[in-house]
Amino acid sequence: MNRLAGNGPQRGAADASRPASRLTAYFINHAQVFVSSLGKLYRAPLSNLMTVVVIGIALAFPMGMTVLLQNMQIVSGGWNGATQISLFTRLDVNDEQAAELGQRLRLMKEIESLHVLSRNEAMNEFRSLSGFGEALDVLEDNPLPAVLIIRPTPEFSTPDQVAILVEQLRDLPEIDIAQLDLQWVKRLYTMMEIGERGILVIAALLALAVLLTVGNTIRLDIQSRRDEIVIIKLIGATNAFIRRPFLYTGFWYGLLGGIISWIMIEISLGLLSGPVQQLAGLYGSSFVLSSMNMLNTLILFACSLLLGLLGSWIAVSRHLNEIEPA
Amino acid sequence: MIRFQNLFKRYAGGQDALSDVCFDLDFGEMAFLTGHSGAGKSTLLKIISLIEKPTRGQALLNNINLSRVSKRRIPYIRRDIGIIFQDHQLLFDRTVFDNVALPLIIAGYRHQEVGSRVRAALDKVGLLKKEKHNPVTLSGGEQQRVGIARAVVNKPPLLLADEPTGNLDPELSWEIMQLFENFNQVGVTVMIATHDIGLIKRMDHRILTLTQGSMSECTVEDLHA
Repeated sequence: MNRLAGNGPQRGAADASRPASRLTAYFINHAQVFVSSLGKLYRAPLSNLMTVVVIGIALAFPMGMTVLLQNMQIVSGGWNGATQISLFTRLDVNDEQAAELGQRLRLMKEIESLHVLSRNEAMNEFRSLSGFGEALDVLEDNPLPAVLIIRPTPEFSTPDQVAILVEQLRDLPEIDIAQLDLQWVKRLYTMMEIGERGILVIAALLALAVLLTVGNTIRLDIQSRRDEIVIIKLIGATNAFIRRPFLYTGFWYGLLGGIISWIMIEISLGLLSGPVQQLAGLYGSSFVLSSMNMLNTLILFACSLLLGLLGSWIAVSRHLNEIEPA
Repeated sequence: MIRFQNLFKRYAGGQDALSDVCFDLDFGEMAFLTGHSGAGKSTLLKIISLIEKPTRGQALLNNINLSRVSKRRIPYIRRDIGIIFQDHQLLFDRTVFDNVALPLIIAGYRHQEVGSRVRAALDKVGLLKKEKHNPVTLSGGEQQRVGIARAVVNKPPLLLADEPTGNLDPELSWEIMQLFENFNQVGVTVMIATHDIGLIKRMDHRILTLTQGSMSECTVEDLHA
């Protein structure tokens, strides 16, 4: 529509001006709303804080669990790849024969390292660890065989290759039992996989909760500002213009919720780290509970922002169209 | 500026608000739209401001067929219409200045530009000193003048007013009408819906009368008769 250029009201009063270009206006408005939507949250601190804390808790729970699980993986990582084969010799194989067998096996290309535990050493170890020390003294003969503890080279550590190696070693005449100490590592890993899956399910449910919380808060906000929306629609506001403050509110909810949940996770891990270190000390480990890494932090904030924006987007697109006039 | 051709408007309930309305309003003209309540004044203004669509016939605004305007373009067309409401429709959670600035913010004016234009508009309606007040603290007449300042601040070529003096005493009403005349004198097309016959008689402008949805035109002399 053509304006009556230079012929409007208030001619002469600051007339060198047109609206800024569409693009500039767009950025100006974004900057204005970016700040003003934060100011709006600040003016109603209590109710907004509650929303933000709910988001924070909902995000902190799965992310905190993930960090704990990652710590478990670090602990068990020491055993990962530590596929270990224990060869128990027959009882009629004496220590010299066992040592000689060890020498031979060391030459195999599949074997990286080999440790021979002589019958006496095995006895001593058992005596000190089992607590049956005195009872064992009653025995006349040493009932324990010599043990060869083998660690395969990394190239031969795949389950199939290890299985072949075990078969091969079991067939040696001196060997009674060849045992692959892999089972429990597998079990641990399977349990951790279940844990991961569980966390994913919980995370998905809590993400839904965050969406609903943000969506509902924004919906109430839209309803309470219904009159204002009608008025600014009538004086020429586009839907994007009307939507913008609500989307930025969602953005702030997401960002603040992310910050709150980050703080919660760090505090919780801080509280846990003391006892965990004590426990690790009891196992003779110097393991220290590590906090969130960069990737976790990025994921946390990406999720919180995304959920905040998405929640407000859903609320806005659902409820804005209900407000007349078009 | 505005052209209605055989325009009909029937609401969903089945009542006819406008039937076979034809009229032209030229650029720079000022006209009153009168009629009893329920005669269709509001509906006519709603069609021009794109709140309602005609059922049949054409409504042209500056040669744009209002029935064919896409939803996306509606806001941009509304920015060229200054609308003044009987109940002012001000926002009470912000100052007079911010209320008047709203159309400029929507249109994306720069900060400094907003300031000078808002003050110019407030000066026009004589409320420059009250820019920091909340509209709640103003009298009815002052609130209406804030509404007028908001309608003219981005210099739209067309002003539509729906019963702008409905709640005001005769003296204030006269002042408001003088304001509209001032804007008209600098080239703005003005259309005022009112049933304040006494006020219309004192001014010499076109008078469009709606009677149960049908339009007729009369002169000031007819009103005196």
